[in-house]
Amino acid sequence: MDTLIELSHIKKTFGKLQVLKDISCHFESGNIVSVLGPNASGKTTMIKSILGMVIPDEGDIRFCGARVNKTFDYKKYIGYMPQIGRYPDNMKIGQLFDMMLDIRNCNKIPDTDLIEAYRLKSMYHKPMRTLSGGTRQKVSAALAFMFNPDVLILDEPTAGLDPFATEILKQKILAEKANNRLVIITSHILSESEELADTVMYLYEGKIKFYEPLAALQMETGEQKLGKILTRLLTEEHV
Amino acid sequence: MFKIAKYIILDIIRSKVLIAYTLLLATICTVIFLSDSDVIKGLVSITTIVMIIVPLVSIIYATTYYFNAAEFTELLVSQPIKRRDILLGEYLGISSSILGAFVLGVCLPVALFALSATGITLMVAGGLVTLSFTSLAFWASTKTRDKSKGIGLALMIWFYAAIIYDALVLLFLFTFSDYPLEKAMIVLTALNPVDLARIMILLKLDISALMGYTGALYRQFFGSGTGIAFSVSMLFIWSVLPVLLALKIFSKKDL
Amino acid sequence: MKRISLICLFAVAVTVASHARTLVVAVDTALPDLKAAVAEAADGDTIKVKKGYYYSYNTLITKRLTIIGDGYPVLDANYKEEVVTILTNGVTFSGFVLKNSKTGSMRDYAGIRLHKVHNVTISNNRLINNFFGIYLSDCDHVSVIGNTTSGTGTELTAGNGIHAWQCHDVIIMNNYSTRHRDGIYFEFVKKSRIISNTSERNFRYGLHFMFSDDDLYQKNTFRNNGSGVAVMYSKRIRMFDNLFIENWGSSIYGLLLKDITRSQIVGNRFVRNTTGIYMEGCNLMTANNNTFINNGWAMRILANCENGTFERNNFESNSFDVTTNGLLNLNKFDQNYWDKYEGYDLNKDGTGDVPYRPVSLYAQIMEQIPQSVMLMRSFMVNLLDKVERAIPSLTPESVKDINPKMKPWTR
Repeated sequence: MDTLIELSHIKKTFGKLQVLKDISCHFESGNIVSVLGPNASGKTTMIKSILGMVIPDEGDIRFCGARVNKTFDYKKYIGYMPQIGRYPDNMKIGQLFDMMLDIRNCNKIPDTDLIEAYRLKSMYHKPMRTLSGGTRQKVSAALAFMFNPDVLILDEPTAGLDPFATEILKQKILAEKANNRLVIITSHILSESEELADTVMYLYEGKIKFYEPLAALQMETGEQKLGKILTRLLTEEHV
Repeated sequence: MFKIAKYIILDIIRSKVLIAYTLLLATICTVIFLSDSDVIKGLVSITTIVMIIVPLVSIIYATTYYFNAAEFTELLVSQPIKRRDILLGEYLGISSSILGAFVLGVCLPVALFALSATGITLMVAGGLVTLSFTSLAFWASTKTRDKSKGIGLALMIWFYAAIIYDALVLLFLFTFSDYPLEKAMIVLTALNPVDLARIMILLKLDISALMGYTGALYRQFFGSGTGIAFSVSMLFIWSVLPVLLALKIFSKKDL
Repeated sequence: MKRISLICLFAVAVTVASHARTLVVAVDTALPDLKAAVAEAADGDTIKVKKGYYYSYNTLITKRLTIIGDGYPVLDANYKEEVVTILTNGVTFSGFVLKNSKTGSMRDYAGIRLHKVHNVTISNNRLINNFFGIYLSDCDHVSVIGNTTSGTGTELTAGNGIHAWQCHDVIIMNNYSTRHRDGIYFEFVKKSRIISNTSERNFRYGLHFMFSDDDLYQKNTFRNNGSGVAVMYSKRIRMFDNLFIENWGSSIYGLLLKDITRSQIVGNRFVRNTTGIYMEGCNLMTANNNTFINNGWAMRILANCENGTFERNNFESNSFDVTTNGLLNLNKFDQNYWDKYEGYDLNKDGTGDVPYRPVSLYAQIMEQIPQSVMLMRSFMVNLLDKVERAIPSLTPESVKDINPKMKPWTR
């Protein structure tokens, strides 16, 4: 297990609101990390910081040991699936994939598993603006996995997906883990995290409440269900 | 950068709004030329319309497109592409699309009906105004956080530059008419791309009247090529500077 | 008997004529210059000057001679004197190049001077680099035809191209004048005609009238002068069919009229002048059938002009059609074509149904604040003018054309 991503002392403020309060952590390969936390706890901000979409006020982010401040090359190794995927209205699905292939200049063979599994090829001629939210999510997912990235960052991946599509995505995620990849998932759906995650990170008001392997948590609390684990841990804290 | 521009152009070409804009301009120009046998008079009418509509559509369309493409921009930022290249690519794509609409809607009819020095000046001035206002749109878009504020700012810029600026200048002239104002006037003109474009056209249409002015600075400005060179280079600055500022903001912007 | 005496008379006349000699002047001969030939000649003789280079320090023509240059011989005063002075009636002087008269403020040195003579013809000469070109004083019935004169080209030492003082019944035709102070200058000149001449790039005026009455100038071209034509303190000048073009700059006019009365401006074209016509203190003027194209100001008429009539003119693509510094109540505009007219013609009789007011509000503003020239054609200025047309209150009520034409007059 190699450390792929390393965050040290990340701070970020939006206006008066301090969203990330001194976050430090590591992410290792061959691992599925589930980032949990209530709304506005800083999950998305942390992910976006890793992706260089949000620029932290303080702290370092390292990718394979190298600082990533204002660089962009490391994103070659990351596949990102946004919470809401929106694309140029008049672009067709096929063109979108072509464009991404074109601008990423990737010489590896693209991973088209999800394209096939979701039967997106038959919809290649449809403009993006005519698609349903679920189909857009499928497109986003397919794009994230397309370039065989070492790291996958999935922001609420299953929101809006039907159960079949969700299942396909889960299988894909597990397959990638088996390929020694790092997968970071934010989700509200605890059962899903439980099913997939090796490690759970819980963010609360911009701080890491805990970041531990699921197995360790289960041991610690003696609970199997993630929901119960969380209730136990968090109420203990508050008591 | 050019790839992004290419895909944005491909996207915009299919949008109905820009096609409508092209057709609107083309219709206005053709109707004006067909209804009036005097070509110069036609050019004057087109100038008046162009100086209102072109800045408005350029700045509003570019701002709207920028905000509609916000998530797409996010997606691009998550890809291994420089932020600079993303924004420049978007500027290149959007501005060349709007410029293309101007070329088809105005330049083509003018070239068909009134190909003359004045006609060419109108084309160049209109093209530079398009670029300036697209550039300003990028500044307004990166400066603001959400779409409604962005469009609000864009509308204010347009209203200010195309409508009330000259009224303010006139007021200024009335207030300080006892002072030598030549230098101030030239500076004031340079502060508004619409005025710069208008001056370019004036220099072709009304040079006889402009030559009647007594002040030495104006005479130098209007005579020889100084005025044209000045206007064109200032308009270039207007096309580049706001987008550079936008780049600066964008490079630090949280998406 | 009567018939025989008539024949005899004719015979005598022929003999007298045949007695007239032709003297030939050529370099290195018995008659090496014009002066020697004039001394030798008698009234009625012809002097032919062969092609060559001669110095002529104010050669006086004191006999009734026909003097003809053969192949454009050069008479050069070498900046010391005038070139030729004609002091006798009935002289014809033709075909010379006259160069380099003296310049200076003491006297008006000229290429050819005519003093107190009549029936003299000056034709087809080329005057180069003289202070004054052709100078007429106290003359009548003189013709100046087909000459070209190019002055010193420096503003301080430039005299007039063709200068006439205290003359009457003079005809100036087909001449070309440039690089002088005034191309043609008339002072106290009556009943004279100026036809088909061209004046361009003169420092002051292409043509200048002072205190001259009953003159006609027609079909001339005035291009790019300090002003095209200036008519001052004169009466009954007829100005027909001339072209005023590209007289450009501040205080530069196509036609400048100052304190003149009962004059007519008919059928002229004013193209690309800063100001087409400028009128100050003019009474009983008629300006009809003229065309104004691409001028900065087509007409500037000061409020002290009265009883003018302006009819059937075309105003096209001028920045401003008419401006004034006050009211023009006593002048009449009728049946002109104004390209800025936006009225309608419901009964299709070719005449607009609402009057046109040629003095725009913006023109009034320009009057007050000349710097606002920078705002020309701006949205605000267009708006002001539109408002003014809708609610006329600031422009002088009198300046209106009640019958504006819908289409330009064809000429």
